[in-house]
Amino acid sequence: MSVMHRYVVEGAVVGYGRVPVVHGVELEVPTGQVSVIIGANACGKSTLLKAMARLLCPSQGAVTLDGQRIDKLPTRALARTLGLLPQSPIAPEGIAVADLVGRGRFPHQGYLRGWSSEDEEAVAEALEMMNIVDLSDRSVDELSGGQRQRVWIAMALAQRTDILLLDEPTTYLDIAHQVEILDLLSELNRTRQTTIVMVLHDINIAARYADRIFAMCNGRLIAQGPPAEIITEELMREVFSLDSVVISDPQSASPVVLPKTRVKHQPTDCDARDCTVTSAVDAA
Amino acid sequence: MSDALAILRQGRRRRWRRRLLVTGILVALALVLAAALLMLGNTIYPAQDVFRVIMGEKVTGASFAVGTLRLPRMIAAVLAGLAFGAAGAAFQTMLRNPLASPDIIGINSGCSAAAVTCILLFNMSGAAVSAISVLAGLAVAALIYLLAYGREGASGRLILMGIGVGALMDAVVSYMLLKGSEYDIPAAYRWLTGSLNAMRMDEMGSLAIAVAILLPLALVLARSLEAVELGDETAHALGARVERTRILLILCAVGLVAFATATTGPIAFVAFLSGPIASRLVGTGKPHILQAALVGAALVLAADLLGQFAFDTRFPVGVITGILGAPYLLVLLIRLNRKGSSL
Repeated sequence: MSVMHRYVVEGAVVGYGRVPVVHGVELEVPTGQVSVIIGANACGKSTLLKAMARLLCPSQGAVTLDGQRIDKLPTRALARTLGLLPQSPIAPEGIAVADLVGRGRFPHQGYLRGWSSEDEEAVAEALEMMNIVDLSDRSVDELSGGQRQRVWIAMALAQRTDILLLDEPTTYLDIAHQVEILDLLSELNRTRQTTIVMVLHDINIAARYADRIFAMCNGRLIAQGPPAEIITEELMREVFSLDSVVISDPQSASPVVLPKTRVKHQPTDCDARDCTVTSAVDAA
Repeated sequence: MSDALAILRQGRRRRWRRRLLVTGILVALALVLAAALLMLGNTIYPAQDVFRVIMGEKVTGASFAVGTLRLPRMIAAVLAGLAFGAAGAAFQTMLRNPLASPDIIGINSGCSAAAVTCILLFNMSGAAVSAISVLAGLAVAALIYLLAYGREGASGRLILMGIGVGALMDAVVSYMLLKGSEYDIPAAYRWLTGSLNAMRMDEMGSLAIAVAILLPLALVLARSLEAVELGDETAHALGARVERTRILLILCAVGLVAFATATTGPIAFVAFLSGPIASRLVGTGKPHILQAALVGAALVLAADLLGQFAFDTRFPVGVITGILGAPYLLVLLIRLNRKGSSL
């Protein structure tokens, strides 16, 4: 099974109803690598990811996989190559972890084919990769947020796709659990060459884990490349309208963005308004 | 790896065994209740007499009481129970809400309103009334679906729309009863409270065919329901055809409800109760439409036995299931309220 694909967004215009949110994005996903889409709130990054997963159909342009439009491929066949973990999936009440992860085998099963040993192995492997074998009989409702997120990722892993899309897989998690989840994902990428495309909010986490960053602003792709090359103070200003200082992480040499705040910064920059804010904060 | 596999196999086998056991017990329970319904009555006939009648032998007395009176009653109870139970569980699982059963969201009321209108306003009777009530059930489902379609929180919206449409349909029924001629009203009453009285063998055909086709179809669709109940986005990502599954399943479930209502009238709360009872028994993990159908059959049979023999007066089956169901509806509403969930 080849894990390398040509996975391309060709001038896609995507939106809800008639209002386009993504305006003609062109990009090629580097297969076998980790890509992260960044951008301010409402810049169209989740919409782009949904179009890439065929949840939304572009009104112009297309998303293609190995030269074929993904909306023309049979749904189950596509689901064996391309997986998605949406932002808020719903767990049926009281379902056991093993059963939920087993649902990831759906595209591999037919109406007549029952549960096979291959299905069982895929589920076991996914549980092991996420370190949740001991949770397999527990009900998903009883788990903590971090555990539950690992269960959902395990479900996506059980699908055994070459490409995995994740929409903000670390929202609502504290920093330790964020790092844990992203470590597991980058391990998945290294051991299985799974192509990973994620939307992430935290720019520093994105810079740390991405091989390639796609930066979006107002529905357009404005920069792409390795984090060390493209994450600059200018890009931050353009994407987030944020004044910042970009330094290099002493451990990994990946760029780190330090935002400049208006309160409590260098006295030399202090104009009248900022000073009142500062003193108000101090008074409080 | 082998450890994980062993743990998984063990857990899956345990859940599978429980499922099988529960299903077996439910089948046995339904059979016992069905047999009781055939044996009991003004005259109690022993099992062998009942068996001989079913095999087509002539037994003095028993042939009429069992063959002509009790057998159609039992068959109607089983078929309607299966239909209501399966339809309720299908709706509840699909919309992820125990309140979303067809009897709560106004589909039964739609069938009844159409039937009562046909009887009282247009002096129709027989198969034509049943056919129109089936169509009305589908039309009400389509109306609710369109009113609630394609927006955020569609499930809660759909339930509220359904309750509203149901109230409207009940108002139609009340109006018709006021306007209808007294002579026709007894025929209309059958459509208001589910009853198994005066069932005839030749009325069973359409319901039997509907159950024989639609129930297996619903069970096949339950496979896709496993993906659909994870939310639309996950279901799409797993390669399920969400809209198609949903529409086919709605058609199936509404068909089952409509045909059952056309035969026995709306037996209150059977659709609403069967799914939650079945899910308590088998545990979740897979849709439980088959088990809910069996629970439905057992419920209707048991309620009819109670209605016939437990009190001085004979009550129609719908009265008994109504008494059982209403407290559960209250408990459910209180529980949902405590969880702070909005429908």
